[in-house]
Amino acid sequence: MVEAIIFYMLAGIVLISGTAVILSKNPVHSVLWLILAFFNSAGLFLLLGAEFLAMLLVIVYVGAVAVLFLFVVMMLDIDFAELRAGFVSYLPFGLILAGVLAAELIVAAGAAALIGQPEMGVAAANVAAGAAASGDVSNTEAIGALLYTRYVYVFQGAGMILLTAMVGAIVLTHRQRGGVKKQNIMRQVARRPEDAVRITKPNTGEGVEL
Amino acid sequence: MIGLEHYLTVAAILFVLGVLGIALNRKNVIVILMSVELILLAVNINLVAFSSFLGDLTGQIFAMFVLTVAAGEAAIGLAILVLYFRNRGTIAVDQINQMKG
Repeated sequence: MVEAIIFYMLAGIVLISGTAVILSKNPVHSVLWLILAFFNSAGLFLLLGAEFLAMLLVIVYVGAVAVLFLFVVMMLDIDFAELRAGFVSYLPFGLILAGVLAAELIVAAGAAALIGQPEMGVAAANVAAGAAASGDVSNTEAIGALLYTRYVYVFQGAGMILLTAMVGAIVLTHRQRGGVKKQNIMRQVARRPEDAVRITKPNTGEGVEL
Repeated sequence: MIGLEHYLTVAAILFVLGVLGIALNRKNVIVILMSVELILLAVNINLVAFSSFLGDLTGQIFAMFVLTVAAGEAAIGLAILVLYFRNRGTIAVDQINQMKG
């Protein structure tokens, strides 16, 4: 009963904030609604017993992706009202598209219900790991045990994807600006006293020739 | 009692909302990127719900990889957006036609 109440609260807030993301006039508000949706999805994940993924969602999405969005939205000086022009003219097409997609999903769900519970061919090791997750071993430990053994190559591939994204983002946004005064350590080290200093003994009343 | 179909319904509605967001905000790349994040979130909810109800951790591991790809996609997408804004002074995607030909 309590689980049902929590589920409906979290799911309702996820759907409301998801609607607000696509409908709000100001993109800053959209980002803030997106953060709310992520938080409540993390709550749904907790309800499902996937606590590691819930925390990952909060850290990665709310902590990194949403803040990146917020940063970009605030950094760019954009007339957002102009971008919203034509919103109403896109509405019929969008609603038709969404309606067709929703109808297809409902039909697919109905077909799945008609066929009944399909035979789940699940690998024995995974079932053992899943059972362990619900029992004495924590979810994080079970994920780690599976991730670093069976899926280690996929894991490394994910690392390569992140590296590519990082390098790509830096290469795209980095720019060389001219006219910037920078310290040149090579020149500083190569500087010799005889090039820089001249010792003179001027007579009194005479200046120094430069 | 909350079953698998409840979670699948939430994920399906969220997915449709994401698609609707792409269709409605066709000029604003930022909102399009946010809609893509919504779609990926819906997929993640699906994966985790199946993982939890089947007792198979593979779904959660693949949800993690989806998260990775989503983070990379957001970083690259926003970098391209900043670069485009620097060159053109606008982010209206319906005017991106300078590369045709």
